[in-house]
Amino acid sequence: MFKVLERIFKDKLATEQISLAGSDRYRGPIEGTAEASTLELCSNVCPVKAFAVNGDKYTIDYKKCIFCGRCVEACAQKAITEGQNPGLSHKHIDAMPYLIEAGQEALQDVLKEKLGRSLHVRHLDAGSCNACDFEMGATGNPYYDLARYGVHFVASPRHADLLMVTGVVTRNLEMALKMSYEAMPEPRLVMACGACAAGGETYGDTYAIVGAADQVVPVDLYVPGCPPRPSAMIVALLAAADMLKKRI
Amino acid sequence: MMTTIMPEAILMAAEKYSANGAHPLTAMFGRDETASGVGYVIYCYFEFPETKTMDGFKVVFNPNGSLEYDSITHIVPAAAWYEREIKDMFGLVPKGHPDLRPLVLHESFPEDFYPLRKNVQVNAKVRGDRKFKVRTAKGEGLFEVPVGPIHAGIIEPGHFRFSQAGEAMLQLDAKLFFTHRGIEKAVEGKSPYEALPIVERICGACSIANTWSFCQAVEKICGISVPRRAEIIRTLLMELERIANHVGDLGNIPAGVGFNPAISLGGRLKEKVMRLCEEVAGNRFLRGMIIPGGVAMDVDEALSERIHEVVDDVADGVEDLSIMFAEQENFQNRVQTTGIIRSQTAIDLAMVGVGARASGYAHDSRSDFDYGVYSELNFKPYTKTMGDVAARLLVRIGELSASFEMVDALLDMLSVCGETELSVELNYTEGADWGISESARGSNFHYVALDKDGRIDRLFVRSASYPNWPALTVAVQGDIIPDFPLINKSFELCYACIDR
Repeated sequence: MFKVLERIFKDKLATEQISLAGSDRYRGPIEGTAEASTLELCSNVCPVKAFAVNGDKYTIDYKKCIFCGRCVEACAQKAITEGQNPGLSHKHIDAMPYLIEAGQEALQDVLKEKLGRSLHVRHLDAGSCNACDFEMGATGNPYYDLARYGVHFVASPRHADLLMVTGVVTRNLEMALKMSYEAMPEPRLVMACGACAAGGETYGDTYAIVGAADQVVPVDLYVPGCPPRPSAMIVALLAAADMLKKRI
Repeated sequence: MMTTIMPEAILMAAEKYSANGAHPLTAMFGRDETASGVGYVIYCYFEFPETKTMDGFKVVFNPNGSLEYDSITHIVPAAAWYEREIKDMFGLVPKGHPDLRPLVLHESFPEDFYPLRKNVQVNAKVRGDRKFKVRTAKGEGLFEVPVGPIHAGIIEPGHFRFSQAGEAMLQLDAKLFFTHRGIEKAVEGKSPYEALPIVERICGACSIANTWSFCQAVEKICGISVPRRAEIIRTLLMELERIANHVGDLGNIPAGVGFNPAISLGGRLKEKVMRLCEEVAGNRFLRGMIIPGGVAMDVDEALSERIHEVVDDVADGVEDLSIMFAEQENFQNRVQTTGIIRSQTAIDLAMVGVGARASGYAHDSRSDFDYGVYSELNFKPYTKTMGDVAARLLVRIGELSASFEMVDALLDMLSVCGETELSVELNYTEGADWGISESARGSNFHYVALDKDGRIDRLFVRSASYPNWPALTVAVQGDIIPDFPLINKSFELCYACIDR
């Protein structure tokens, strides 16, 4: 009993402002430019077909990107052998949740007016590697304290406004995903959380995989990351709360 | 060297190699070698800790002959799941197996679909309706409680069916493999480097263990050894992953009884370790660090300093947590004598990791095998004998303090390691070999076979949770159903790792 009290008094408040900034090595979105031939190389090493090249321009599908850094690596290697400038690099922040049209503007207000709303979330692991799930669990720890925004995880889809799907949808879970969605009351939202649920390319196409979450249920919100960090998830959840407000 | 035997000789071979459980069954898996004219093959690997090696046999089946063999489950109980999986994946049938229900492939697959045979396309989209009957106990006054696959909390999917006699759990049947993604098929035809992002994503919590075992196997095939600096960093990463997982569990197990101050402190400590992992690897799950041939990034002076700082801080917290647990009588009341696994059960099921060591079974690949730099760290497995939730909690605390010490020693080794090379170039050659590493949940075994172009012909992954899952269903018997979350959390088994 003594230790419990001692720790309660000793520990300072841990809860932080939500920040999307990461540490120096953190592999976030890609920035910089490179020659067309280099970009072609980057595109070839991308394991999830997220890196598309058009001449000397490139686009990255952040729904699919697993932030493995192979494109940046390939670019750097070529630069060393040919004595060019480094070309592509990672920003050290979270990739922002990729929203559908209706969600874009909602995001602007997210961090400004954050209290006084409520969102009930049901998590559904549709075939994840459990990294997303662990990060989702971490949103509740004293550093992030998700509950302070009025966002709660609930035990049943029947109590939920939002279905938070992680993982690529497997054949063995396809039915469970459909049924959970059907069980939710209107208005309902679906968030595809992480590269598997959002892009579905992480493991390629196999006999056991159906695909990204939007192959099975309509998705309103995509969160990039492999896995998205708790901060990115929280920003996405607040965006979802705004979307829901507009639909009621 | 693996002995090749005919299917008729499997029982004798199993008896000989297992030697009544003295040599635990590490893995049993199939491989389609029809292309090279061999046929379907079952590999059985047993551990020989006394010589720090693995040995075993392979059973060759003529694809046009009988695909049946005598089940070895009654001799080696640990084989029960492996035999079911081989039946699902290759259609080789173990005669006399006590439970031949499907394991991996659920109802949406047809009966005669064997995905790991080479004549099946990786993206074959066949549908069917297999039968799967959940096992229940029948009798007057008995009732069933179905749970999952979608659970009430933030956890992975699995279906549990409890057969209840009042509050007491008589029997638990677990239907798992919901997150089966066909990873072993997905990597076929890829080079080890191409397959790495997928191997890294078999499981989030065991990223380092999976990549390390995988890379070990590949490096053995290519006949190279990694630079010393890389070996030290790999060992360091493995211990960091263990710290992250064990500390998380110390915060999670009290969640099974609603002991909030401990949940909160555990959550804080875990977050500190996760942030440290991001500083080290650029990813909170240490992804992107281990590559075939070495490691991708260095741990320099400044980073070593940070690791020291955070690990010391976390060590303080863990000590306080362990005092909190010990002081709280009502907590002790819940964890002691709950969810017992007897030592013999642990040996029979060839259990690994915390689950085995809490039952007095000193099964730890860090001392049983020679890899990384563990031999220089004087590592000894930490065991308890009670086999209950309390013992598993204490084993974690004991292992944590060993890990904290090892991290310090490893950082010292890094600072005096003159070598700066982090990886060596690999030329992928034909061959097959295995790798092993001790994840937070126990030993993690990979078997890799490369073809003549250096592409993956077969990958088999046996994660630590695989041998321990069947033990969970034994541990709950006789306990009351509110203790299930507690018992489940005390094993903290991965679903993603076993489902693949």
